Amino acid sequence: MAIPIEPLKSIPYFSGLGDGVLDAIRQVVFEKKVDRGEIILLEDEPPQALFFVASGAVKVFKTSPDGKEQILSIARPGESFNDVPLFDGGVNPASAQAMGPVVLYGISRDQMDGILRDHPELTTNVIKVLAQRVRQLVSLVEDLSFRHVIGRVAKILLEYGGETSAPHPRLTQQEIAAMAGTAREVVGRSLKSLEESSIIRLERHRVVISNKEALRHLAAEPS
Amino acid sequence: MIDMPHLNQAKCNACGLCVSVCARLGLVLNEKNIRFLESVECDWCQQCELVCPTGAVTFPFEVVIEDR
Repeated sequence: MAIPIEPLKSIPYFSGLGDGVLDAIRQVVFEKKVDRGEIILLEDEPPQALFFVASGAVKVFKTSPDGKEQILSIARPGESFNDVPLFDGGVNPASAQAMGPVVLYGISRDQMDGILRDHPELTTNVIKVLAQRVRQLVSLVEDLSFRHVIGRVAKILLEYGGETSAPHPRLTQQEIAAMAGTAREVVGRSLKSLEESSIIRLERHRVVISNKEALRHLAAEPS
Repeated sequence: MIDMPHLNQAKCNACGLCVSVCARLGLVLNEKNIRFLESVECDWCQQCELVCPTGAVTFPFEVVIEDR
C-alpha cells in the first residue's frame, strides 16, 4: 500500500514538489517499522535502501575494530540516512540503529534512479541535502582531528573537579561541549575514552577522577 | 525523591523523541509538554539527552577527584 503524501512534504528531499511528483514518489516508497535497539543497516554491507525517518530517532555510527563507537549523526523525523551508496553504488558507509520504536520510509536505488530521471527537479533538493551532510561531516572531522577535544575536556574536568566531601557545581555534557567548542557527541566519546583508559569513572550524577596525573598530562598537551 | 534528568521547558518543543527512546518508559508527552515520571527510576542511559534536538534535556553531574 502506498504511503500518504502529507508526510513526504516535510522531508527535505521532497520539499516544494508538486502533488503529481509526490504521488509518483509515494508509489515507490516502502514503509518499515523497527523496534528499539534493532540494527537497520550495517556498515560495509550492500545498501538495502535510502531511508527517511517518519517517526522516532536513528543513531548513525561507525565502529572501530576494537568496538569503539563514533556517532556520526542522529537522524530525526524528516531526515534521511544512507544516502551515499544510493548515488555512488558503494556499500553502506555507516551502521544505523533504532533508538526507540521507529517508522522509516525507504526507497531502493533503482527506484531512486527512476524518480530522478523522470523528475529532475528533485536533484536540486538532493544536492542541498548532500551539501548539508558534507558540511556536518567536515565539522565532525575538524572536531576529531584538529581540536584535541580530549585535552580540553580533561582541562575542564580538572577545573571543575573537587574533593568528594565538598559540594560542587554541576556540569552537563552540553556545557562541556560549549566550553570545549565541540559537539555533545564528541564530549560523550571523550568521556568514554577517558573511562576506558581508567583515568575517570562515569557514575550516576558523578564523574570521578581516579588518575589526576594522567588527566593533567592530557590537559597539558598542546591543542 | 528520585534524582531525575533536568528538563528545560523553555527549550522543549515537545517533539516527543525523548519519550520514544526511553527504554524505562519514564517520560510522557502531555498535550504540549514533556514530563519525567518520578515513579519510574531513570537508569541514566542519557539517550533522551542525545536525541533531543533543542538541548532541553540534560544530565547534570559533579566532578570529584578521588586520586589526590
